[in-house]
Amino acid sequence: MKPDKILLDHGSGGAMSHQLVIQTLLPAFDNPLLSTLHDGAVIDIGNGSRLAFSTDSFVVDPIFFPGGSIGDLAVNGTVNDLAMCGAEPAYLSVGLILEEGFPFSDFERVISDMKAAALAAGVMIVTGDTKVVPKGAADKIFINTTGLGYIQPGIDVGPSRVVSGDRIILSGTMADHGMTILSRRENLSFSGPVQSDTAALNHLVKKMLQICPDIHMLRDPTRGGVGTTLNEVAGSAAFGIQIDEAHLPVKGAVAGMCELLGLDPLYVANEGKFLAFIPSNETNAVLKILQSDPLGKDAVIIGEVVADHPGQVVMKTRIGGSRMVRMLTGEQLPRIC
Amino acid sequence: MNYTNGYRDPGIAGQLADRIRRISRRKVRLMEVCGTHTVSIFRSGIRSLLPDTVTLISGPGCPVCVTDQRDMDAFIALAGFDDVIVATFGDLMRVPGTHSSLLKERAKGSDIRIVYSPLDAITIATENPYKRVVFPGVGFETTAPTIAATLNLARDRGIHNFFVYSAHKLVPPALTALMALPEIHLDGFMLPGHVSVIIGAGAYRPFVARHSIPAVIAGFEPTDILLAIAMLVEQIESGASHLENAYSRVVSEAGNPKALALLADVFEVNHAAWRGLGVIADSGLKLRKSYEAFDAEQAFDLVIPESFDPAGCACGDILTGRKLPSGCPLFGKICTPEHPVGPCMVSTEGTCAAYYRYDNDSGAF
Ligand code: SF4
Repeated sequence: MKPDKILLDHGSGGAMSHQLVIQTLLPAFDNPLLSTLHDGAVIDIGNGSRLAFSTDSFVVDPIFFPGGSIGDLAVNGTVNDLAMCGAEPAYLSVGLILEEGFPFSDFERVISDMKAAALAAGVMIVTGDTKVVPKGAADKIFINTTGLGYIQPGIDVGPSRVVSGDRIILSGTMADHGMTILSRRENLSFSGPVQSDTAALNHLVKKMLQICPDIHMLRDPTRGGVGTTLNEVAGSAAFGIQIDEAHLPVKGAVAGMCELLGLDPLYVANEGKFLAFIPSNETNAVLKILQSDPLGKDAVIIGEVVADHPGQVVMKTRIGGSRMVRMLTGEQLPRIC
Repeated sequence: MNYTNGYRDPGIAGQLADRIRRISRRKVRLMEVCGTHTVSIFRSGIRSLLPDTVTLISGPGCPVCVTDQRDMDAFIALAGFDDVIVATFGDLMRVPGTHSSLLKERAKGSDIRIVYSPLDAITIATENPYKRVVFPGVGFETTAPTIAATLNLARDRGIHNFFVYSAHKLVPPALTALMALPEIHLDGFMLPGHVSVIIGAGAYRPFVARHSIPAVIAGFEPTDILLAIAMLVEQIESGASHLENAYSRVVSEAGNPKALALLADVFEVNHAAWRGLGVIADSGLKLRKSYEAFDAEQAFDLVIPESFDPAGCACGDILTGRKLPSGCPLFGKICTPEHPVGPCMVSTEGTCAAYYRYDNDSGAF
């Protein structure tokens, strides 16, 4: 069944976004690079050299929030997509769509955040474009970034490499970004000291690849959260994924807010975390490297790839039961009573 | 910090599950009345710990699901007024009315805003003095006191552009109506903890006595639920049938007098139409005459097109425990959370949604 209009759910990062890609975009643009549905495309440019190429658009409201701004997100988001291809991000382009009337001081603040984020990630913003649209045709500022990065010889990170027995590491706590945005957007009176986790992950990924070049796959669980990302990985694969509820890391304040709103942190967005699929014998070395870095200090093994229940993500619950974890279906719309 | 807290202690949960497996002989069907229980049971994987003898059936305790189609259509019709802002809890957005949903109306341009508390609706009303702000009042005895407090405040502050369409419902009369239906085979009830905090354990005594059926008031953590199941199984195995309170850390015999007084001040008991159960006497709350000025049903000339339940949807049978979602031919095939046919697939507390999300044996896959 096709809806007759684009709904917000089509952008939620969950099942409907997935359908939009599979049913409309993929058939239209059909090619082998796109059909891998990875965070970015890996392009062979001859002599065994490979580039990763990725793009992302940012429309967050509010544009400033605890822990960052739309400027940080726009740089870090694309940097991270490249890093998830196993690449070292190098160059970014920036497309700005500004709403007439947007305060210049806010504009400068966003740009200075982008500058700082690019510096921290070690990437150059080398080309760009700016458009201004009439008041109401956009909300304050929309940013698109596109990036290029190099993939070192010997690195091969991608869905096809995942095998049963791989351990799954989550690099830190879940749901920090999504709950921060929600609490600011909705002015939630009961929100605790929550802060977005937006960060560039490329340096951490590089460290990890140096000690374990054989990492099988990397994904950053942004919109849709860890639950949706794991489902995308298991998707039509010949393996299943098993995770352990007791090991899922969530900060106290975030867990409390989720509980109050009836939201599942498994489906809430992250902007500075990754999931790494690692050969089991390399797990300890990787964990040690991650935990020694401030961005990875809460890294834990949350589960593993299994031969059972292919295509499905199953969670062992804290009380010793088990249940399915499915893809997010539509944005979570909370209730309080 | 962990994902969870002490009431999810695996040790205690394991002991309770063992106890249930040890004592359970008879095949029993236990109904958890409340949607929050349904979700907690699924999320914590409780079913996977129970013996085959114990079957858990979900009941009419998802407030969105039992909302009558005509009320849903009324919310949608309200959103159609040019000068109206509908301020609603998020869970009503996707519920299909006869011809549309609030989400679709918003995509078409209606001003519909998700709020997290009815107080936010008052703020919207104050900020938009030339608009009329309507709050769809959906919920049980748990939600209604907050709405009552909000109406109280609106009256004190002299706010004239805030309205509530009250479709609030009461749990005990629904239980009585449920028992009167044919083909209901239930051996015990797990009663909703949050509702009981407000109305008190005493509110169920007449019902339990009349039907001599085992009933236990339960909290929402996995160990609370396992404890309640163990108590129900014990009652059944020993031939007892009375009311027990497994949530006494917050539920008293008389309930919360403040909340009850607030309810009595703002609302009066009225008949109400329930999806799946039909019209039940004394099972709903409508605004008292003294709050008439805030009553959306009075303030608006609502023209509601003829309402009918979605074709083929078995929500009525599911809400009364007569069918499992897998017994609905549309489940998982035509009806999914992305394209819900009935409310039970929409609400986070809906039974079909819970089976779809968490259950791997429900036959849909
Ligand atoms: S699966 Fe859908 S159509 Fe069937 S009963 Fe549930 S909500 Fe109604």
